[in-house]
Amino acid sequence: MSTRTLISPATLGRPRGKALYWTVFTTVVLLFALAFLFPVYWMVTGAMKSPDEIAGTPPTLVPQHWHLSGYTDAWDLMQLPRHLWNTVVQAAGAWACQLVLCTAAGYALSRLRPVFGKVILGGVLATLMVPAQALVVPKYLTVADLGLLNDPLAIWLPAAANAFNLYLLKRFFDQLPREVLEAAEMDGAGTLRTLWSVVLPMSRPVLGVVSVFALVAAWQDFLWPLMVFSDTDKQPISVALVQLSQNIQLTVLIAAMVIASIPVVALFLVFQRHIVAGISAGGTKG
Amino acid sequence: MTKTAERRPEPETAVPPVAAPLRAGSPRRRRLADQARAYAFLLGGLVCFALFSWYPAIRAVVIAFQEYTPGSKPEWAGTANFSRVLHDPEFSAAWRNTLTFTLLALLIGFAIPFLLALVLNELRHAKAFFRVVVYLPVMIPPVVSALLWKWFYDPGAGLANEVLRLLHLPTSHWSNGTDTALVSLVIVATWANMGGTVLVYLAALQSIPGELYEAAELDGANLLQRVRHITVPQTRFVILMLMLLQIIATMQVFTEPFVITGGGPESATVSVLYLIYKYAFLYDDFGGACALSVMLLVLLGAFSAVYLRLTRSHEGDL
Repeated sequence: MSTRTLISPATLGRPRGKALYWTVFTTVVLLFALAFLFPVYWMVTGAMKSPDEIAGTPPTLVPQHWHLSGYTDAWDLMQLPRHLWNTVVQAAGAWACQLVLCTAAGYALSRLRPVFGKVILGGVLATLMVPAQALVVPKYLTVADLGLLNDPLAIWLPAAANAFNLYLLKRFFDQLPREVLEAAEMDGAGTLRTLWSVVLPMSRPVLGVVSVFALVAAWQDFLWPLMVFSDTDKQPISVALVQLSQNIQLTVLIAAMVIASIPVVALFLVFQRHIVAGISAGGTKG
Repeated sequence: MTKTAERRPEPETAVPPVAAPLRAGSPRRRRLADQARAYAFLLGGLVCFALFSWYPAIRAVVIAFQEYTPGSKPEWAGTANFSRVLHDPEFSAAWRNTLTFTLLALLIGFAIPFLLALVLNELRHAKAFFRVVVYLPVMIPPVVSALLWKWFYDPGAGLANEVLRLLHLPTSHWSNGTDTALVSLVIVATWANMGGTVLVYLAALQSIPGELYEAAELDGANLLQRVRHITVPQTRFVILMLMLLQIIATMQVFTEPFVITGGGPESATVSVLYLIYKYAFLYDDFGGACALSVMLLVLLGAFSAVYLRLTRSHEGDL
């Protein structure tokens, strides 16, 4: 708890140090509230203003009348249920594909000693050097050749080609104690059985990290779904928001933006401890 | 990789003899069965990597030298795609914008998070609150952040100008002015992505041994000297890593210019990736799009190689 940092506890203990500490503390709290919370507040309340109020200057800090019609209109006019459902289907499928295929491949590379295993791992790691976005056009052409345009599979299958997650899982499997796996094998468990009832229960933390990042990435992706879903009815919420933003009332658009953010922000607030810990650990380990 | 290989004993001696009689057949057939099983587990992942990572990388290079229209047979075009793209007036604009964007994002999105993390690390209260709040914008979908800031920058009732008026400062055109558009987008990107950087810095700062600061203080080093001679050298590696990662990420900027400015005004915010998108989906020129992709690929590939090399050598130290 009281690990020594830049400023010593003794300095902070003195009256002057205390006063300075609380000044800095208050400033940072205010700064954070202004920079990060206020824009969110502005968005949530902006959607509840009347169209006249939101266009008027000077702007009002609190809506004069609280209208919920912005939210209900967004829900109905922008077909949010459909686009939210599309996003859920795309994100869930991407998550499932990534989890199943990356786990299986990571386990094979870690434990099953395939010939050319090192070559394959090298090929997987090499894709980390290739920035994903720079390859969207040839990837799009490949998906088009396969006839997967406007199909959720266009999101699901490429999501499984995630070198970072595969490597993370492989590294985790490498560290599992050998004895446990051998014991399972001696009890007559097959590879699949060992993976399912021995390895996976031990891998819950890493599977959790991979899951959260897979879901968030799929929910937030924009360029790739913009390319592969030309059919408006199939578009996820991120693409639909931008397409519809041109000719819709501002309050309704803002309400739709709030609704689009709620699922990921809720996911974050529920798992914030794990997410924050995951980022901190991932960052320092490289 | 090499570490795990060393840790593993030779497979022949390690396989316990008890397990052997359970399976029928000669050792050779068994080995074949093992391989078949290993590849059965690998297959799904391999197919996805082959189709959506390896093949597109090769294909980008091939199509860059072809005249490519979907549905008809591609024809070799030599370097025509490259010269056409190079003569596009938007080409230099896109590269200039992308590099300026990257540089500005480094200046703003790099110093601020570091200072912020430095201060946060000294605070002993409400730690969880700060971490959650600073990361909140990262969780908001990028499209929503972009639309939100587009509204803030609105010349009519936008919040940005209202704040300036409140402070009795001259108003700005923000994303609608040729001079200010790019900076406006950098502000959006910084706001939206800063949280991750701050968290990583915080973790790095926490790993600095407290004795170093104590010793320095005994030697009479003041606050700034301690930052310069202890904090910065101790976190140098993380700083370098994040810088490279940020360069790689910001060079691929797309959502902000696409949503907020549409590349305008007067190509002031067209990025390289945006230009790639335009070539493919507006001009139907896939050859040109791939030629541009290859250029971006080579440049960013070099950055990534440096990044991977540095992390690899750092891991070797531990």
